[in-house]
Amino acid sequence: MVWRTWHGWAAVLCLFLALPAMALEKSPTTADHSKFKALQGPFEKAEDVTAACLKCHTEAGEQIRGTTHWTWLYEHEETGQTLGKSKVINSFCGMTVTNEPRCTSCHVGYGWQDMNQPPPQAENAVDCLVCHDTTGDYWKFPTLAGYPTSIPREWPKGSGKMVMPPDLEHIAQNVGASGRANCGSCHFHGGGADGVKHGDLDSSLINPPKELDVHMSPDGLNFGCSDCHTTMGHAVSGSRYQANARDTLGIDVPGHTDFSRASCESCHGLAPHDKPKLNDHVDKLACQSCHIPAFARGGVATKTWWDWSTAGRLDEDGKPVKELDENGHPSYLSEKGDFRHGENVVPEYAWFDGTVQYTLAGDPLDIDNPPVAINKVEGSPDDGKSRIWPFKVMRGKQPFDTERQTLLATHVFGADDSSLWSNFNWEKALQAGSDMSGMPYSGQFDFIETTMHWPITHMVAPANDAVKCGSCHKAESRLAGLGGIYMPGHHSNVWLDRIGWLLVAATLFAVLVHAMARIVFSGRKGQ
Amino acid sequence: MSRVLMFKRFERFWHWSQALLIFVLLFTGFAIHGTYEVMRFSTAVQVHTLAAWALIVLWVFAIFWHFTTGEWRQYIPTRDGLLAVMHYYLIGTFTGASHPYKKTTKAKHNPLQRLAYLFFKVVISPIIWVSGLLYLFYNDWPATLAGALELETVALIHTGAAFAMLVFIIAHVYMTTMGKTLTSHIKPMITGYEDLDEHH
Repeated sequence: MVWRTWHGWAAVLCLFLALPAMALEKSPTTADHSKFKALQGPFEKAEDVTAACLKCHTEAGEQIRGTTHWTWLYEHEETGQTLGKSKVINSFCGMTVTNEPRCTSCHVGYGWQDMNQPPPQAENAVDCLVCHDTTGDYWKFPTLAGYPTSIPREWPKGSGKMVMPPDLEHIAQNVGASGRANCGSCHFHGGGADGVKHGDLDSSLINPPKELDVHMSPDGLNFGCSDCHTTMGHAVSGSRYQANARDTLGIDVPGHTDFSRASCESCHGLAPHDKPKLNDHVDKLACQSCHIPAFARGGVATKTWWDWSTAGRLDEDGKPVKELDENGHPSYLSEKGDFRHGENVVPEYAWFDGTVQYTLAGDPLDIDNPPVAINKVEGSPDDGKSRIWPFKVMRGKQPFDTERQTLLATHVFGADDSSLWSNFNWEKALQAGSDMSGMPYSGQFDFIETTMHWPITHMVAPANDAVKCGSCHKAESRLAGLGGIYMPGHHSNVWLDRIGWLLVAATLFAVLVHAMARIVFSGRKGQ
Repeated sequence: MSRVLMFKRFERFWHWSQALLIFVLLFTGFAIHGTYEVMRFSTAVQVHTLAAWALIVLWVFAIFWHFTTGEWRQYIPTRDGLLAVMHYYLIGTFTGASHPYKKTTKAKHNPLQRLAYLFFKVVISPIIWVSGLLYLFYNDWPATLAGALELETVALIHTGAAFAMLVFIIAHVYMTTMGKTLTSHIKPMITGYEDLDEHH
């Protein structure tokens, strides 16, 4: 019998050990796209590839046009607000409106030049390749409203580096499932450059070490984004406008639950720890609060402060200025103002029920009480829906209309002579922003300090690197100032402690006095 | 003088293991409370919880022992001779008077001890147990309890009782030094045997 021999057992052992590793491999594709006639090309322009894709994937274009990736619109069911990239203001580059060709370079389509119009209507205006390229050679040029360049072009401007047009035939024949680099080509570069915006999303996640992201690391589970952000007809689950702050469904069993794995509980369940005391925390704390000890951990800095009010300062020759901080990150740019960057940033924490309320372009500001909140995370300790979540809080200064007391559309990008980055003049840029967007503007402006909350949910560390109990359960607690909880080690009643220690001290004092008296009197007795 | 078995083997085991556990609980408890930072919070919680369970088990045995042996009667309070004992500790001990209480195996605690130990057993300890168990099982409170009681209240009661325990221990440890010699009260708690004055 083979089982009686040592190598028989060794074989069984090897098989057993190999199983987990095999389970990590992706399912092989059933279609080799390089064999498809429609993809042989030649392709003159990117839309021609889309047309070829749609010959087989007949419904994909229509599906995409129904998603927020396409519409940049989001009707918020809780707040009634109309949000989405085409509507909201953020505290980075402001609004997409009036800056279209730059901002829409991340639209999942080709040629959205005017945000006052819906996205382009043509069937083949959908960009399949940005999500399905596996070669890494496809790149939507930053200033071409979603198109890759079709001629050699210099980027960054003035660098002398030339970007070549992509080899569309090669790329089309190598399409596949979306990987981290696909999603990351836009989501890692929000705010204008690598890591700027989110803090928990940057290019270090393309190939992260296990310490950075235990799920996405090739040394770990090698997850792609869509392993958690499951899709339904090209619509991707997971939302920053309406997050699932408390998943009560638990493990996502196909056919029984919501088909969304965009929550930790979807795989880990509602009582994920071996130690019961840790499970006692999940009613109040989001998993992320402990398991993401800091963000921007992958060596890419994230912006933490952006002061637009100082933009426009030029040197004596009238040339734009660039200053770097001690880590080599820009600390001042004439185009954008003052910056601060951070790595390994400890998040700030807030009660969050998943709903985010935005301050939109026409909404009145409470200008007497800066900083004003560009967005507000809703939630409270008592509503039964909220948990304590980690956030990157972006701070900075943004222009606002002093008469109307509203935020303003900022026309920063454009080859025209009114954009801020061309002429370094806020008056012109704000007037142009109003003229182009149709948003009202009194002509009077100033700058006001703002805050913006970005939920932190990526860069999940291995369990051993989770936030230690003592990081919160101590005087200088990470969660200091949050209401609705009593944290041993942090909270106490000052009077109880005073009276308690006073009684202890009084007892010790009485004992000492008594003992000394005994010594004194025993000495006398001895005499 | 007669040599008698004052503290039986279980009694001594109970006393000393209880003493050790209470010291551990006080030390880790005030660490959890944030009074000092000498160990990791998680370590303090783990040791505190483990020691608490050990003490609960010990108490279950001790209660059983007290009732089956009738030893619980040792703690029945009495006013008889209470003032004399207090007078001795406050004055007599300095003037060379002898202790007014003559202990026997049937009544091994003087009236003041009876009161102190009774207070320890029926007030301080139960408050610590109940508040501690509520604290430990905070997440499993039934809805009616959760609506009526705050964790903070439980935590403060638990802390308050811990202070009372600390005060008891300081006084108790000091009082053990007040026998004929510094250790004459402590020895019987270790060996079990005590030399009693003959009195008929």
